[in-house]
This record gives sequence, structure tokens and C-alpha cells, in this order.
Amino acid sequence: MAHDVTTGVPASPSAPAGGGAGARAEGTPGRGRRGGHWTAWAFLAPIVIYLLAFYAYPLYRNLDLSLRHYTVRSFVQGDAPFSGFDNYRDVFADPAFGPALLHTLTFTVVSIAFQFAIGLALAVFFAQNFRLSATLRALFLVPWLLPLIVSASTWTWMLNSDSGIVNHALELIHVDPVNWLTSPDWALTSVIIANVWIGIPFNLVVLYSGLQAIPAEVHEAASIDGANGWQRFWRVTFPLLRPVSAITLLLGLVYTLKVFDLIWIMTKGGPADASITFATWSYRFSFGSLLPEFGPGAAVGNLLIVMALFFGLLYIRFQRRQA
Amino acid sequence: MTTTRGRLRAAAALVISACLLAGCSKGSEPGASGTGAAGGDYTIWDPYPQFDDGSDWVKLLTRCGTDAGVTVKRTGYDTTDLTNKALLAAQQSNSPDVLIVDNPVVSTLADAGVLTTTDELKVDTAAVEPNLLAAGRIGGKTYGIPIGANTLALYYNKKILDGAKVDPAAIKDWASLTAALEKVKATGKKGITFSAIGTEEGSFQFLPWFWGSGAGLTQLDSAQGVAALELWNGWLKNGHAPNSVLNNTQTTSWQEFAAGDFAFSENGTWQLANAEKTGFEYGIIPIPSQAGGTAPAPTGGEFVTAPVQTETGRYPVTEKLIACLSSADNAFTTDTTLSYIAATEAVQQKQVAANPQLAVWVEAVKAAKGRTSDDLGTKYPKISQPLWTAFQAALSGSASPAEALKTAQTTAAAATK
Repeated sequence: MAHDVTTGVPASPSAPAGGGAGARAEGTPGRGRRGGHWTAWAFLAPIVIYLLAFYAYPLYRNLDLSLRHYTVRSFVQGDAPFSGFDNYRDVFADPAFGPALLHTLTFTVVSIAFQFAIGLALAVFFAQNFRLSATLRALFLVPWLLPLIVSASTWTWMLNSDSGIVNHALELIHVDPVNWLTSPDWALTSVIIANVWIGIPFNLVVLYSGLQAIPAEVHEAASIDGANGWQRFWRVTFPLLRPVSAITLLLGLVYTLKVFDLIWIMTKGGPADASITFATWSYRFSFGSLLPEFGPGAAVGNLLIVMALFFGLLYIRFQRRQA
Repeated sequence: MTTTRGRLRAAAALVISACLLAGCSKGSEPGASGTGAAGGDYTIWDPYPQFDDGSDWVKLLTRCGTDAGVTVKRTGYDTTDLTNKALLAAQQSNSPDVLIVDNPVVSTLADAGVLTTTDELKVDTAAVEPNLLAAGRIGGKTYGIPIGANTLALYYNKKILDGAKVDPAAIKDWASLTAALEKVKATGKKGITFSAIGTEEGSFQFLPWFWGSGAGLTQLDSAQGVAALELWNGWLKNGHAPNSVLNNTQTTSWQEFAAGDFAFSENGTWQLANAEKTGFEYGIIPIPSQAGGTAPAPTGGEFVTAPVQTETGRYPVTEKLIACLSSADNAFTTDTTLSYIAATEAVQQKQVAANPQLAVWVEAVKAAKGRTSDDLGTKYPKISQPLWTAFQAALSGSASPAEALKTAQTTAAAATK
């Protein structure tokens, strides 16, 4: 994001200005040029103001929050002392840091792996265009269309230890009930399952459209050369799908890293931090108790941004190598 | 040449737009409305978004405003949202004139310097029960007046207790309660449901047992504290309480009780209206303490407070509004609407006279204790969080009650030192 902005700013004024000034002000080149520039800037102003107000300032504010020692009093009076990296040190030293980092990574990697694998399998399946495939594909979009509060609450009810339908089904096949949301061994798994379910449609849709872009001739040529279905997938479809896969994975990573509502609704990060991630931890610091701790909350939020940025840079590198 | 000029212009534009932005944020004058001393608009924020303009509550606010000769502008926020909204408003110095806020938050806001004292505003708090007022007292100063109170007690399902031959009146201590749960279990029914969720709500529900053992919040891992957690843990282990309590809010735990399978539910005054709708006969007993007698339950309910204003000329009208809301007649109406117990003895008696069922709640409120009382103030939130982490750890089986509370004490001691 930042990359686009910095290169975009000096480049864009010349393009519209040249066209506009050339057409209008032939007699007075000097004045016309200047006027054209101002017009160009006027056109540019909304986006610059927008970026500053909604991206730069909040980011700066979050950074500032994380570098100061805020109490409720200093938050109100705006005189919080600068405390350097104290908040970060506190966060790193917190006993919840290890579990939170581990859960964030597990949650993200496992969710993405399953979402992508299942999404890709379904995309390949639907690419064959059989009868009802459009209807079925539309049905698969349902998890994506539901508001998160609805799907998360539904999962909470289904996974309830005592009255949930999942445990009821397990009972019917004589399997011991599982405390899905209230056992420290299962809580993280439960939220991952719910998140995979929610993420499949996104992967399905993007990968499906990627598959449509692969010309049929390539497949035909491969099958004439005697490649079987499995080989065609791994040697033709998968490599040709690589750019689409990369962006799907990147977007998935960023979405999944910051998943908060689902976990908060289902387990609140509990029991006893068993399903806490950076996103829920940051929220808990800032808003989860009666006494807000904005400093550490912002610090954890910034760690999340750094993680997302890392994957973004990885993607750009990957794209450069492709080009 | 052109490029350097272009860059200069880019920089200039950035600076200008930044100034514009800064201008925008400084430009909006806080509390611009109602500058005149008499008349004008007075803002009130409350945590009752369930009431709309046609409700008795909002009508009362409007009437109080009319009596004081001003127009009242009221906004209802979600409780959890209100603290942050109030802090942000104070930061930008456009606090409401009257803020009605959950009692444990009063000390946080007072600590932030957001609230005026009752002395400053000359609000009369003499009639208020001292145990209720204590939640709003920090360092010898009082920062508001309770509008009413609620607390926790045990609802029971009469049919299930009759079936198990349990006499609710005989439940006086923990041993007799556990014995009753045992009998209920023998008849194939479920024992008790409560909320042990990992939020403030869970701590609120645990405190009657914690305090009922004689434990104090400054020493979480005392033998008494461990005994309280052992009680909850034992209920879960022996199947007297469902495992879902770990994820139950007070509302979901109420739904479990209302379904008719549970003998007991630890719940609040605010469920009284819903209790009538369950379709089975119910009763209410106070939460017993370990040794016998009524355990101190934490007080719920809001305080009417007056945030600090730059324009102190507004205070006399604010005082009139607060006096109107807390006057005996209006308090009776308000507390009936909210299903609360009044904060003054006189109004409590009036409530019991009107509805004898409330007697048990009045008793419970008399025994109740503010979470931020004992001069804990803003230390309470730092103790409450380790506490809920501890009972979540113990009940989910990841630590023993003693270990869990020991960890909690270490965390709490470090956070409050």
C-alpha cells in the first residue's frame, strides 16, 4: 500500500496536467501550466486527504499510543509520558505472549492450509461445469454472505458441550462428547474449524475464476500428450494457477491474521488463554476489562501490522521473481 | 526542473492537507450547544439503549429537563461501549452533562479526573445506603449517586426441588446446597447453572462464593479463596453444574434455567420479569455463605454522575437534573422500570409494599458489596482479570484451583503494586 502511494504521488500530476494544459491554454503557456498543476492537485486532494485521514493518521496514532505510558488519566488529559519501548517489553515479557504468538501462527497457517486445499479442490470440481454446478457453487457462498455474528453464534450453539448438536451427533455414534469450546485442548481447534468453514468460499471463488482463465487448449494438448488427470493437475493447472494462488494466499493470510470477532464470540480467547491470538489479546488489553490499557493494546496491534507487512513484502518479492 | 517543482508542490500539498486535517479536528468547538446559563441543551448519556423515546425512562428525563428549564438530549449506549465513549468524550472535552454509568466504572472515570465530586456539585447523598454508595467513594470523596442497585441470588425451580424432596428454606450454607444438588442429580435432573465466562461477568458471578468463603480480593490465593473455587470445581466434576458454564453469559445461563431442566440458577434481579414467563413455579433464595447466612454478593447497577465541564456555570442545572432523577418518587418509577432495587431505605420499603416478592432482593442488596469498595477503586479491574483467568483455568482442568489462584495472586500483585 505505502509503496503505491509514494511512487504514485510524483508521477501522477504530470500526466493529467500535460493533457489539460495543452488543450486549453495555448496562448499563455506559463500561466496555463501552473493552473493545470493546481487543477491536477485539486483532483488529487481528495485521495491525499483520504489517505492521510484514514491511513496515515490512524497508523501514526497507533504507533504513538504504543510508545507512551497511558493511564486513563493521561489518556483523558493527553499528557502521557513517552516511555520508549516499555509497552513492547511488557508485552514480550507477558506470560500470554508465547501462547498468543503460537496460537496466532497455528490459527493462520492451519486455517489457510485447509481453506486453500478445500477451496482449490472444490474449484477444480466445479470447473467441470456439470448440471446444477452453478446452483451448488452459489450455495457454497452462503458462509461468506452470512454476517459473522450469525455464523459465529451458530457455531457456538452447535459446539455447546451440553446442548450442542455436534455432541448430540457424537452420542448417536457412541463417541464420548467433547468440550469443544470449554476444554483447553479443543478450543483452538474449534475456532479453526469455524474459520476454515467461513474462508472456503473466498478461496473457491477466486481460484475458480483463476481456473476459467486457463485456456482449454493447454489441457487438451496435455491430454493428447498422454498426461492423466493427476499429472494434468500438478503439471498444468497448478503452475498456471500460481499467480492467482499467490494473491489468494496473501489475502487469506492478512484476513486470517486479524480474525477477531469469530474467536471473541466463540471463546473470548479462553478458557484461560487456550485460544488467545494477537487480535483478541490486543482487544482484551484495550477494551476487554473495566480498565483500558491502550499502550500494550496498541503495541500488540502493531506487532500484527508488522506480521501482515512481512507477508506483503514476501508477496511483492515473489511477484518480482515471476516477472 | 519540472520534477523538483512537482515534488515541492507535492510537499506543499501534503502540508496543506495536514493542516486542514488538524484544523478540522481542532475546529469543532466542544459543547457548542447550550452556552447560555439558563435554558439551552443538556446532554445525558445512559446505558439503557433498550428504552426508546416513548419509554417511561426517557419521559422522566424529558420531564426533569423541563422542570429545570432546559432541553434534555439523551443518548443510550451499550454498557460495554459507554466507558470508552465517556473517556474519549472527556479527552476531547465534550463530556455529557449527566453520565449514568455502571458502578465499577465510576472509580476508573474518577481516577481519570473525568467526574465531579458530589460535594462540588452539592448533590445530597445522605439517604443512600452506605454499602451502595461505597462503590462511588474513592479516597474519601464521592463521585456520584446510585440510581438503584441489583445483585445476584439463586432462582430455583420449585417442581424439581419438590421432586427431589429438597426444602429450599433449609439451604443455609454450602454443605446444604451441595447436598441439595446431590439429591436433584439422583432424580435425573440437572443441578445448577451460572456464568463462569472469562470476562467481568464471570468475576461478578464468582464473587458471592469468593466473598462468602471469607476471602478478600487483596489475597486471591488464601485458603478461603481456594475453598470457593473448589466448590465450583467440585460441582463441575460431579456433574452438578454443566461444563457449558465456562462459556455462559448470564443470559445464556438463564436460558438453560428457563428451559426447565435445572434446579438452580445464579442470576440477577433483572431476570424477575423473565422468570414470570418461564411457565414453571420459581422461588428465590439468597446465595448462602460457606459457614451459613447470606453471602455478600457484588452490587450491580448504575451511578448518576456529572462529568467535569469547562463551563462550571452549567453545574447548578446539572445538580437539578440529578436531584430530579434520584428523588424518592422518580427513583421508585425508575427502579421499577429497570427492575432494580432502590438505593435508599425509604424507597426500598415502598417497593416491598408494592411487591412483597422483592423482599428477598432487598435483603440481598443490603448484604451486597461494591466490587470497587474497600478503597480498591481502579485496582479492582487488575484483580478481576487474573481472577477470571484463574477460575477458567481451574474449571477447564488446565490447573488445580490452588495453583490457578496462586498464579492469579502473583499477576494481580504485580499489576496493583
